[in-house]
Amino acid sequence: MKKLMRHLGLATLLLSLSLPAMAEGLLMARTDNQFPEAMTLLQSAIAARGYKITRLQEVNENLAKRDFKSDMYRVVYFGKLDEVKAVTASHPELIPFLPLNITIFAEGDQAILVASHPKMLEQFFPDPKLKPIFDHWEADILSILNELREAK
Amino acid sequence: MLLRYLSVIGLMWLGLGQALAGATGAQLYQQNCAVCHGETGTGGIGIPLALPSFQASISDDYVRQTIRLGRPGRVMPAFTQLRPDEIEAIVHYVRAWNKQPPIIYSSATIKGDPVHGSQLFENYCVACHGVNAEGGKGTGVTFSRPRELPIMAPALHNPGFLASASDAMIKATLMNGRDGTPMVSFLKRGLKEKDINDLVSYVRSLQKQPLPDSAKVLTVESPVIVRDSPYDLKTTVENVKQAVSNNNFFYGRVQTLEYGFTSPENENPKQVIVYFCNISLLNQVLAIDPRVGMFLPCRITIFEQDGKVKVMSVNPKVLSGLFNNAELNPLCDQMTQSYTAIIEEATL
Repeated sequence: MKKLMRHLGLATLLLSLSLPAMAEGLLMARTDNQFPEAMTLLQSAIAARGYKITRLQEVNENLAKRDFKSDMYRVVYFGKLDEVKAVTASHPELIPFLPLNITIFAEGDQAILVASHPKMLEQFFPDPKLKPIFDHWEADILSILNELREAK
Repeated sequence: MLLRYLSVIGLMWLGLGQALAGATGAQLYQQNCAVCHGETGTGGIGIPLALPSFQASISDDYVRQTIRLGRPGRVMPAFTQLRPDEIEAIVHYVRAWNKQPPIIYSSATIKGDPVHGSQLFENYCVACHGVNAEGGKGTGVTFSRPRELPIMAPALHNPGFLASASDAMIKATLMNGRDGTPMVSFLKRGLKEKDINDLVSYVRSLQKQPLPDSAKVLTVESPVIVRDSPYDLKTTVENVKQAVSNNNFFYGRVQTLEYGFTSPENENPKQVIVYFCNISLLNQVLAIDPRVGMFLPCRITIFEQDGKVKVMSVNPKVLSGLFNNAELNPLCDQMTQSYTAIIEEATL
């Protein structure tokens, strides 16, 4: 009985951990870190999952050049070359959605991160061969956002 | 014997589930709600949930239904992935901010004169809630709103609101107002209880009217806009750059898709992206929803496969669906038209 209880407890815990809560539409997280630290953590979390950061879009600087004010704001593009090569060779219509990206902007002493659900692409591109890669991107982005959310 | 074991396991499962839900209310709030409503419910993109006057005037069921249904077209998404016990855990956590005795509102219909209510609405409510009760503009905090004013008037003509708020709750809000927000007590503004019943009756009557634009999300026919080009890749890229300028954008850079992944000599030259922007439009879009930067700057892809050149882009209408923000609809529509015009001009 004790063993059963232990298994049951573990199964419940695993079930709760493996079902990350998500709203429709966007994946979002708030981090308790100020923007510069959050930016560093984000890049490190992306790299730790084997992705290469290809570009940092400096949104607030571009706005400032035209005298528009905004908080610190970046779009971080990333991906894995072999994956990008493979999916765009068979499905070039995916190119407009790549590389993957996460938007990060300051909100006071904290920062907010936003990404679209890679799984959203499943409804647009329902080829079963693509599903594993969409799932894997979804899991990685969720894990990156969770890491940032939990970083103190 | 087996049945007894199974029922014990069933009960334990239920108990564990509830215990887990209770233990994770804070965690679920942090995962799902804090990004918009703030870690301590002080508001941001979303309304300040911890505001005492708000907490004192809502019921648990209002929060529960709001999480389940969201507010179509009004930024607050429907949390369809959450299990009922997870929603309960969040409700429990959020309602712990309430220092007043809990309120359970009657679900009974309040009888009033909706026609008179409509006149009162025009005089007293339109300034904040909009002519069609579509609610205030923008998200709670945007570049265009001061951070000390994170309240926007809710959309009353919204299926999510109307399904979440009972007549009695709407009436109580009108009678008492909400301290710390622009919502005042309409009793103090001189209305009688009968007038307030008429107003409630009008707000409820909105349920029978067609869905307003503020509660609509654009449907996407195709996720990408794509056209064949009769030109070679290099000429098509130049055509796109020219068409971008002709359509009041400036092009920022031309890169391959593989830029940054590998050394320039190893990049696939047959997948080219033209990045372009209109900073004023960018600022306008970010003021509506500060999260939209993920789809900017604008970009059009030119690629060659099996000797054929194609030009394509994301259909910006995809945006509106993702952000659940109907205020983006006209801009997304405009962007779709611009992208289509550029692509067609480049491939003419």
